Amino acid sequence: MKIPLSWLKDYININLGLEDLARTMTMVGLEVEEIHVVGLPKPEGQGRQEFKITGLAWDPEKFVVGQINEVNPHPDADRLVLCQLDDGSGEITVLTGAPNLFEYKGKGRLEKPLKVAYAKEGAILYDGHKPGYELTKLKRTKIRGVESFSMVCSEKELGISDEHEGILILDADAPTGKPLADYMGDAVFEVSILPNMIRDACMIGVARELSAVTGEPLKMPQRSVAVTGPAIEGKASIQITDSTLNPRFVLGLLEDVKPQESPYWVQRRLRLAGMRPINTIVDATNYVMLETGQPLHAFDYDVLKERADGKAPTIITRAARDGEKLMTLDDIERTLDTNAILVTDTAGPLSLAGVMGGLESEVTSKTKNVLLEGANWNFINVRRTTTALHLNSEAGYRFARAIHPELASWGVELGLDRMAAWGGGQIAKGLVDEYPAPVNDPVISISEDEVTRKLGISLTAAQISEILSRLEFTCTIDGSTVSAKTPPHRMDIGTGVIGKADLIEEIARIYNYDNIPETRLAAELPSQRNNPQLELEERVKDLMVAMGFQEVITYRLTSPEREARILPDGEDNTEKTYVSLANPIAPERSVMRQNLLSSVLEILERNVRLDERLAIFEIGSIFLPVEGQALPEESNRLAITMSGKRFNFAWDLPESGELDFYDLKGVLENLLNHLQVKDYTFKPVSHPSYHPGKSAEVILDGQSVATFGELHPRVKQQYDFLEPAVLVAEVDLPVLLSLVPLSFAITPVSVFPPVLEDIAVVVDEAVNADQLEALIRQTGGKLLADVQLFDVFRSAQIGEGKKSMAYSLTYQAQDHTLTAEESTTLRNKIIKRLERELGAKLRS
Amino acid sequence: MVEKTNILEELERIKMDALSALAQVQDEEALQTWRRAYLGKSAPVMQVFSNIGEVPKELRRDVGQGANQVKQVLESALEERAAYVREAALQHKLTSEKIDVTLPGRKPISGGLHPQTKVLRRIFQIFAEMGFQVYRSREVESDEYNFELLNIPAYHPARDMWDTFHINQPGVVLRTHTSPGQIHVMRELAPNPVRAILPGMCYRYEQISARSEIQFNQVEVVAVGKNITFGDMKGTLNGFVRRLFNRDVHTRLRPSYFPFTEPSAEMDVECFVCGGKGCSVCKGSGWLEILGCGMVHPTVLKNGGYDPEVYSGFAAGMGPERISMLLHRIEDIRYFWGNDVRFRSQF
Repeated sequence: MKIPLSWLKDYININLGLEDLARTMTMVGLEVEEIHVVGLPKPEGQGRQEFKITGLAWDPEKFVVGQINEVNPHPDADRLVLCQLDDGSGEITVLTGAPNLFEYKGKGRLEKPLKVAYAKEGAILYDGHKPGYELTKLKRTKIRGVESFSMVCSEKELGISDEHEGILILDADAPTGKPLADYMGDAVFEVSILPNMIRDACMIGVARELSAVTGEPLKMPQRSVAVTGPAIEGKASIQITDSTLNPRFVLGLLEDVKPQESPYWVQRRLRLAGMRPINTIVDATNYVMLETGQPLHAFDYDVLKERADGKAPTIITRAARDGEKLMTLDDIERTLDTNAILVTDTAGPLSLAGVMGGLESEVTSKTKNVLLEGANWNFINVRRTTTALHLNSEAGYRFARAIHPELASWGVELGLDRMAAWGGGQIAKGLVDEYPAPVNDPVISISEDEVTRKLGISLTAAQISEILSRLEFTCTIDGSTVSAKTPPHRMDIGTGVIGKADLIEEIARIYNYDNIPETRLAAELPSQRNNPQLELEERVKDLMVAMGFQEVITYRLTSPEREARILPDGEDNTEKTYVSLANPIAPERSVMRQNLLSSVLEILERNVRLDERLAIFEIGSIFLPVEGQALPEESNRLAITMSGKRFNFAWDLPESGELDFYDLKGVLENLLNHLQVKDYTFKPVSHPSYHPGKSAEVILDGQSVATFGELHPRVKQQYDFLEPAVLVAEVDLPVLLSLVPLSFAITPVSVFPPVLEDIAVVVDEAVNADQLEALIRQTGGKLLADVQLFDVFRSAQIGEGKKSMAYSLTYQAQDHTLTAEESTTLRNKIIKRLERELGAKLRS
Repeated sequence: MVEKTNILEELERIKMDALSALAQVQDEEALQTWRRAYLGKSAPVMQVFSNIGEVPKELRRDVGQGANQVKQVLESALEERAAYVREAALQHKLTSEKIDVTLPGRKPISGGLHPQTKVLRRIFQIFAEMGFQVYRSREVESDEYNFELLNIPAYHPARDMWDTFHINQPGVVLRTHTSPGQIHVMRELAPNPVRAILPGMCYRYEQISARSEIQFNQVEVVAVGKNITFGDMKGTLNGFVRRLFNRDVHTRLRPSYFPFTEPSAEMDVECFVCGGKGCSVCKGSGWLEILGCGMVHPTVLKNGGYDPEVYSGFAAGMGPERISMLLHRIEDIRYFWGNDVRFRSQF
């Protein structure tokens, strides 16, 4: 909403500087997004600009009101004239090409001198001949042999509007020589209107808020034209079919009008407020809407009469029928649904209620009689219509946020008055006013205690009443309770406990949030609880980071095609049921993901050329639809991927080998160990995403908690990866974390020396490493403190289908130094067991 | 006849020879050679001891004493020389081992948390110390929880504030904010007091650009209890902001509008880059918008299971990405989920 300062000043005295005014507005809930100066000096903070300030300031030394006394032809150029101009200090010659001065050419001394905006040498203004707004500085120059160092300005050159065909002619009483900024400098505040403050989307609304905080009285507009026409009675009637859709409909009549250009000041105000002046009729409807917040609509009365076969037109309001069509005044045929409300007459639809007029009954420059509508509409229906039709209009914007029906008659009266004042005509006496559903303005009782309990400040009933009265609530005090009746221009105050909250907000707003002292929470502290799932996830993150992994967070929005990349080509999963968006922003972000592998692989792919060693992980949610349930299951996963060199490059070291299955396995083992998870096993797994010979799952408590391994070559080729193997793992976090013990006990550190010993056994290839190690550990019992595999060896000598496995064993007791005898016994026991159960042979 | 003087002269000569030889010794090896030559079994001074029997009885004491003195002198000279030689050797070694310290160091393998995990942890920590605990809730939400129960009925003008992703399932949306968690946590705890932090991913239907994302974190703060005031909200949030930015920053509250709070406010914090003087981060205004807040709306309290005549509370919502962007002058929000290693490795 654009608020020109000069217009605002019609309704309230303002003694604040631009920034102070903007701050006052902001602190009352009217956030100023920009101050656009039109002539007035730009505020200068100490290097600090609290607000965005744009526009052109007119240097008071360089821009003054000039008086053209004589317009003479240029000796050398038809399209230029020489003006004898008085700038307050004397008469000078000014060259201009403004076509609107040509009519005065050669007329000698002008009887009524012209008042103009005069810019002296050195003035900085917009270049009127270039597109957009480009600043230029007036320099002394010669044009066709005549010296020129100053100019008379167009609106564009001054930054008032786009107009640059002719120069700006000021009112005749403009004081010659006065700095232009003092005479007509202005500023426009761009204010963001909160959804519950639509009452302030108008000059009076803003003035009313300022009045409440500054105490300056609000000056309401008065009618200026006498009502002289015959009564409206019998010339139009109204039928409201549903008062919930149309609580009020008011009509006024203006006869014998001559639509014409509105006075300059009206045009200027409309332009500054962001609207285009058309003619006195349309301008008056827009002006009153910007002034009061009540949208108006003008019909060509004669068109309506014609449609009613010469009879007095009957205006009928009703819900649209499904598929009903209307040509709106922007020349577009609109197809409506039953949410739309129509203003019709006996011949059919006239306009889309509260949103836009129809083309046929629109006022034109030939309109002679105007029927002016000021109505009130159900905000939900208007909102549904503007949303469905993607049709934004000033009226629709306001009605969709609820306008008070009380404004309708006042709006029509002011509208007729403005039309008559600017374009003539006779205002018909009276209004046709159908008001079937008046608003019951809520009366709220609020006590001193209630205010204190919510805001933490102590206000007396008198203070509460004073604040609310400034906002035009009608207040009565009874002891410590204030009873406040909502003023008939706002729809945002509720009833009961909600109304109380609404009033408390009003009190806090006008009291000023900054004046409410901060306090520390003294309310009862809730019983303290932790969030074990979150804490465990954070522990997993820390463990992953400690192992050298970078955490990533990725989009949860993906597409079935993107997720299908983790399966070998041809096996797609687009048949899968996804949580899918009804209104995706792009096809590649159309569903919620069902796995995290895709997420981390995409990140790996994006970075694969940026670093020769990548190790990343993500913890995040996947979304699994559940049959028969509206909401999906949301479950967290941990995905890990690593690829490239085992160690970082260094300038003096040989390149390290590449990461493989066992690097990732080590990461998982380390993770499980640090989570104090015991008794997990690894089992080969068959999964389409993984290399069939280099993948496994982690079994814990009989459940699969993770799948990991090398990416299947056919999956790998679907990504833009480089040569090295890509290792991935996906961990079912809820299952894993449910098995993490709450606490764990450490193994004491023995003070007695260990006995170290190596053994190597030859076994069949079919014997797995974990079988061997498990058996060794089981047999060694408590005295076997550690087992480390240090070599796997195959050779012809050992034999086909056999392998040698070498282990380093550590024997240690907690309570004594082991004797040679004890360790030998233990060793023999282990070897015997391996021979017996796994057919192992000790290698000498 | 062995003359006493001759013997003593001889000892003196042995000593001088030995010392002058020692002066030539430069390294450990020569030192050992010298030790063998001058203090070994066959060294001249040792010979004097071995041959003491040949010395007349009356001279033995003097000769013995003389030889002992020479031996002691040589031993201590050796010690001194050894120390010198070792020191010289060490100095030589240190000099020869000098490296170019300006060559680059070897990069250790180091992991790192995503910057948003770090910011969230910081937020959790600060609020935890004020008694607020983390409560998470779902991302795919019902319209009821995301809007209706938060006092945002269908076709309410306030719905314009959220551009919503709808699921192909009537009445289901991607949550547009973490506020539905308010209802979840209240319903779980009512009528007991609540102090909760609700973090998580939210979604809005927007064009992705440097300034806006379709997916973003939000952290909601909610406190419900008896006699919780607007002043308490100010105090709590100011305390949080001061701790987050590690200094005594000034804040201000501006009236605003959210359907689920009333009164509602936006909190601005004095720009911590320029101290409020005006800079590019605060776009010259000296203020940074940091969070939205307000007193929990009576309808929301009621929907959460609390009698609004008895209970009150406040809620606040903030964008951790925005906080990171301000703290680290990140100009493009797309960096966060883009996860370029060149961005990530800076944290």
